[in-house]
Amino acid sequence: MTLTVRGLTVRYGEVLAVRSVDLAVPDGGVLALLGPSGCGKSTLLRAVAGLETVAEGRVCWDGVDLAGTPVHRRAFGLVFQDGQLFPHRTVAGNVAFGLRMAGVDRAVRDARVAELLELVGLAGYERRRVTQLSGGEQQRVALARALAPRPRLLLLDEPLSALDRELRDQLAVDLARVLAETGTTALVVTHDHDEAFTLADRVAVMSEGEIRQVDGPERVWRRPADERVARFLGCSLLVPATVRGGWAESVLGRVRVPGDVPDGTVRLGLRASAVRVSHGGRGDGTGGEATGEVLRRVHQRDHVRLVVRVADVGEVQASTPFAGVPEVGERVRLTLDPDAVAVLVG
Amino acid sequence: MSRVSREPRPPGTGVVPASTRRRIGLVGLAVLPLAFLVFFFAWPVLAIIGRGLGEGGVSDMLVRAQTWQLVGFTLGQAAAATVVAVLAGLPLAYVTARLAVPGRGLLRVLVTVPFVLPTVVVGLAFRALLGDGSLAGIVLANAFFNVAVVVRTVGGLWAHLDRRAEDAARALGASRWRAFTSVSLPALRPALGSAAAVVFLFCATSFGVVLVIGGARYRTLETEIYLRTVNLLDLSGAAALSLLQLAAVVAALAVGAAARRRREGALALRSSAETTRPPSGGDWVVVAAAGAVLVGLLVPLVAVAWRSLATSSGFGLDGYRALAGGGEGGVLRISVLDAALNSVRAAVDATVLAMVLGGLAAVVLARTRRAGATQLLDTVMMLPLGVSAVTVGFGYLVTLSALPSGLRDSPVLVPFVQALVITPLVIRIMLPVLRSVDDRLRQAAATLGAGPVRVWSAVDLPMSARSLVTAAGFGFVIALGEFGATSFLVRPETMTLPVAISRLISRPGELNTLAAYAACTVLLVVTALVVALVERIRVRSDTVGEF
Repeated sequence: MTLTVRGLTVRYGEVLAVRSVDLAVPDGGVLALLGPSGCGKSTLLRAVAGLETVAEGRVCWDGVDLAGTPVHRRAFGLVFQDGQLFPHRTVAGNVAFGLRMAGVDRAVRDARVAELLELVGLAGYERRRVTQLSGGEQQRVALARALAPRPRLLLLDEPLSALDRELRDQLAVDLARVLAETGTTALVVTHDHDEAFTLADRVAVMSEGEIRQVDGPERVWRRPADERVARFLGCSLLVPATVRGGWAESVLGRVRVPGDVPDGTVRLGLRASAVRVSHGGRGDGTGGEATGEVLRRVHQRDHVRLVVRVADVGEVQASTPFAGVPEVGERVRLTLDPDAVAVLVG
Repeated sequence: MSRVSREPRPPGTGVVPASTRRRIGLVGLAVLPLAFLVFFFAWPVLAIIGRGLGEGGVSDMLVRAQTWQLVGFTLGQAAAATVVAVLAGLPLAYVTARLAVPGRGLLRVLVTVPFVLPTVVVGLAFRALLGDGSLAGIVLANAFFNVAVVVRTVGGLWAHLDRRAEDAARALGASRWRAFTSVSLPALRPALGSAAAVVFLFCATSFGVVLVIGGARYRTLETEIYLRTVNLLDLSGAAALSLLQLAAVVAALAVGAAARRRREGALALRSSAETTRPPSGGDWVVVAAAGAVLVGLLVPLVAVAWRSLATSSGFGLDGYRALAGGGEGGVLRISVLDAALNSVRAAVDATVLAMVLGGLAAVVLARTRRAGATQLLDTVMMLPLGVSAVTVGFGYLVTLSALPSGLRDSPVLVPFVQALVITPLVIRIMLPVLRSVDDRLRQAAATLGAGPVRVWSAVDLPMSARSLVTAAGFGFVIALGEFGATSFLVRPETMTLPVAISRLISRPGELNTLAAYAACTVLLVVTALVVALVERIRVRSDTVGEF
């Protein structure tokens, strides 16, 4: 019950959209393909579904090459970004579609449709027209439709991207629950790392058609494989640092790093949330911590973002809580938050 | 957990890649329409051309000044009629597409009826209004036919153009007129180009109208081919003219195809409900212009009905009573009613045939991914639309001798030639709808276990059902009124209504004239009813179609 992809290459004319990709999704696992738009992640997903012509390499299920298996015989479910529900069918008609294709009895079908609508939180929606549903409801129906025939593998192509932020956060949690409850093996394409971390137990970061790193969410977040991955995951600034005994020393101060980081020279990837302006601590240049001058400030959802000029480093993005926000022009003291700092070794 | 789903095929059974299998499937589907085209179009046309070329005299014909006068007149009247049709069609397109005015549905029906009217009826209508041998009559009659093409093609796109682009231009300081000329008009240009190319094509190859109105004075390539083949038996001359016409048709089709390709590209299209609003200010000028055009479209129709009632002794139903007979002095061998029944039978057969052929071709065209192959097939399938119906009809006569005698005398040939005429239309109506179906919808069905045939029946078929009805309805009325090619193939017993009308009008006798106009009126009413029915079904559909 394992998906394996070996040396997969997909070509659009001269362009290599996917370059010699290897990956595996074990039974019940959820792998997220994370990357910026145009990195080839959707193409890779579509190639797994059988919707793209594979130039080289193999897509295998339990070791069996699927090259000769057309889309409709792969038993891989697919959820598109914008649902792609059949507009001329009701909610039940959509959810039951795959079961009808499999020749399932009407009574079994109806029961399964009700079960799935219950699962996605739309119990009793059977007779509704899909054109009357909201975007979030449509996406829930699309999920139920893909899950109904119990696919061997569920493919999700940016399943939440077309939704409002609030709805997206909520549906991401629901989706993670549904995947866990049904024990579904899944491959999720997304450009949103929150979404990837919420849904997946493994994350593959893609860039320019290649997979740069495959790891658990936390490790991808804290130990990006290279600068490109770090930058994609929000590290706008990279500063050199020296690690000794689990602590890294840099121009922006000392910070604890994960225990498996070897002693020696590393780079710290700094997100805005990693650089804190410590409350009440207006910097005077003493105590070994970095100081800087506030250049600009922007209010965000749950914090204030600052741009601070630090000598020898330049402009640094930092964040601070709403209480006691420093004025523009004020000098502030900066500290590093170990949970938001990424470490690049080598 | 239990799996309801299908197990994969054992390895080794499906070594043919999906893309190859798909290509083989498409080619298989294309075989039937292409074979039909080869046997019932290419063969007769090539036979005529070959026969003409074989006897020499083509070069003769090409150096004659008279030939080029004929070409000049054909293209000139077609260009004039195209200009008139576009100018008359634009206000109507604007009103039907952009304004929320009451009676828009009825307006669309009234505009569409002329396009599907039998050419003989339109010819007679303009003869009744402007008399014999009138150049204005020819131009206006050809334009009258084709206003619907402009309104539907341009209006179809206009109804879906995002209004906000024009709003943005207005907010940036453009007057309404400037906003129209600098934003909407460029966006409409592909549809305008496509419509103008099609109209020009129809006008350049128009037969019935020119024959009925132009008489002996005004001739186009099409009527000249007819006269040469039928009256003078000058096959080489006719073949030379056919070749000239063919060249012009291919050029016009290529222009149209190029325009269409650009049009189906990236335009911000909206649901039409969001783009209409009540008329205000300058809109009323356009509404008035559209009203004037509408009156112009109605006058010839009313004239036909009026003439059918105007006997020498006041108004009466003599013409309608005469429909039960074979005309004054036994002009026809069967009654006009029987001719009408023949027409209906032939048109039904032709419609069924054209739906199968056109439907297959449209499916192939919608699914083919190679731009070159699509364009080639598209142009080839459109050819019958432009090639002289007369050439095709006469080609049948020539090639008939090679057929077994059973088929040669069979009444089946009339529906075949009519199917040839309406198949391109069926494709043009269905193709934009099939192309507008999001491919990912088909992919969603495929991932749920639907094979290619089931994807088609579960997605394409229901989503294009309305366009199927439209295509069948329009195809039926056009087959009902087909005149050019049918007139070659009918025998006195299998005569169709348009042919009967042309016989009646060309014979002396008041009753014959009355009966002709009465039969025209009947055809007109039937046509209008079918169009109204189709419109009713179409109203809720919301797609960018061409007709």
